[in-house]
Amino acid sequence: MTIGVTHGVSLMGLAGTLVQIEVDISDGLPHYSLLGLPDLALMESRDRVRSALVNSQEKWPNKKVTVSLSPAWLPKSGSNFDLPIAVAILAAQEVIPAKRLHRAVFYGELALDGRIREARGVLPALISLLHSDVQTVIVPQANAAEAKLVSGLEIIPMENISELLKWLRTGIRVEAEEVISIEKVNGFKDLSDVAGQPDARYALEVAATGGHHILMIGPPGTGKTMLAERLPSLLPELGEKAALEVSAIHSVAGALKERGLFSKVPPFISPHHTTTRTAMVGGGSSVIKPGACSLAHNGVLFIDEAPECVSGVLDALRQPLESGEITITRAIGSATFPADFILVLAANPCPCGRLSGRGRGCSCSSLQVRRYLNRLSGPLIDRVDLRIKVEPPSRTAFASGEIGESSAVVRERVALARARAAKRFATLNISRNAEIPAFALRNEFKAERAGMSLLHNEMDRENLTARGFHKTLRLAWSIADLVEHELPLLEDVKRALALRDGMELFG
Amino acid sequence: MAKSKEAALIGEVGETLVANHLKKKGYAILARNWRIKDGEIDLVALSPNGKITFVEVKSRSSMAFGHPLEAISPDKAFRLQRLALAWLVSNSKFGADFQIDAAAVIIAPSGGIEIDYREAVL
Repeated sequence: MTIGVTHGVSLMGLAGTLVQIEVDISDGLPHYSLLGLPDLALMESRDRVRSALVNSQEKWPNKKVTVSLSPAWLPKSGSNFDLPIAVAILAAQEVIPAKRLHRAVFYGELALDGRIREARGVLPALISLLHSDVQTVIVPQANAAEAKLVSGLEIIPMENISELLKWLRTGIRVEAEEVISIEKVNGFKDLSDVAGQPDARYALEVAATGGHHILMIGPPGTGKTMLAERLPSLLPELGEKAALEVSAIHSVAGALKERGLFSKVPPFISPHHTTTRTAMVGGGSSVIKPGACSLAHNGVLFIDEAPECVSGVLDALRQPLESGEITITRAIGSATFPADFILVLAANPCPCGRLSGRGRGCSCSSLQVRRYLNRLSGPLIDRVDLRIKVEPPSRTAFASGEIGESSAVVRERVALARARAAKRFATLNISRNAEIPAFALRNEFKAERAGMSLLHNEMDRENLTARGFHKTLRLAWSIADLVEHELPLLEDVKRALALRDGMELFG
Repeated sequence: MAKSKEAALIGEVGETLVANHLKKKGYAILARNWRIKDGEIDLVALSPNGKITFVEVKSRSSMAFGHPLEAISPDKAFRLQRLALAWLVSNSKFGADFQIDAAAVIIAPSGGIEIDYREAVL
């Protein structure tokens, strides 16, 4: 007997490692041992592989089977090693030629009848193989469209193990039907649906331009959620690389179907306020899965009723807000997922939600109101540049039936403004106004002189803290970019101050 | 009870078949169905090169319930080792070179016989 050798991929977060599977069959009592730190799902592969082979009229060796996954120190999880293990067992029995196994990777879970099941994480697994000497990857037929997003590898989708073995033995492939990729044409909700709300619309436009995080405060039913949902439609379409990155994250989370295979629409993720810390930032004991903040990568993370969030959940967002990625460490290892998103927080003005306008019907004491909004204070709110009040739409705007600007129009303006900013940042390692460091704002990124003195005066009057000073200036840059000013003029600074209406509550 | 009688018969036939198989290969059969309180050794034989060989025989009429040798659990394997030592002690051969083999015998109702003999399995 020879030793059967195949290759698979072990995923930790988005990072894949090439794993060599060796199978040795020796005389002795029938026994199966699996080496190389397998988790429970992987341990169970034995029974899946056996049934799949037997039901595909292949021989199961009733001998001592030793399967070794190397590198041995790397903990491995999941069912996607079923396929390479099955093939290696057959190779060890010399019932299939070894020649097509060379430089090939197998990825997929087996059903008991020999079908190859749809797998998670195909996209990141393939991406991680791009810089190896692997040439061919065998993936489940159900993942064919996803796999074909990656160019540079020969992708061979297979429906079941009999088909696969036929190919391994003869090189003949059952010609699969052409893959029809189901592309969501437009997942957008359009800004023109919003009646009135000129201030809020403008705030969204500025947020989209500079990548500013935003807090919306307003009574229930005034359209906070409606507005937030439309923010992705104002962002520029994702580039190839960004879209692939987003798809890869959704693939690991098993959420690629819902998103659409290769959608270039920036994602919109809105976890419920009762969500746990793990669901927000990612985690899990045997497989580390990305959380809401990574699913929102390159898009928008919307948290409604933010003050109601379980304590600690919002604080967990500090690392991604700081570095644009999140590292999750568990006993089996650590995984890093990108998490660069625009945060949109929505809150009622008070616990009962009726404190707006004349505040009629609000039953909250002033202490309750303060406590409620104070739940949002702290390091998180430090990073939120924009705070707006969302009031009920005015009667005229509501009744007139007038249709506001559509997303496409605004998106075009945002794209132009972003291009202007990008030119300015050519030498710096940043891409958006929200990321301009404080020292740069006081040096090469100052506003017009009159604007600067207005800000200094506001500081003197204690209307503005040093932090508020910098934030206002960042906003002013986005506003200036939108109206094609070379640098923020006095009027831009004034508008920026207005967009931070009431921010003194949080400094 | 008819069923278990049949099973016992298959077991006995299987052991005889394996004994003949060994004799053909030049083994001398030292004992059959050596039984003590702890259990039973199906066959004890002396190999042509002087090794004492203990054989566990599993006989079945079909593979429907899996390979016969799969029925040898780790517990059972451990017991076989103890029984082998016990046999050596009680036959004043303690310290002699020995090995434990396993044989699967499939006796199909059609009369076809298949012996799967594996050496030194434990």
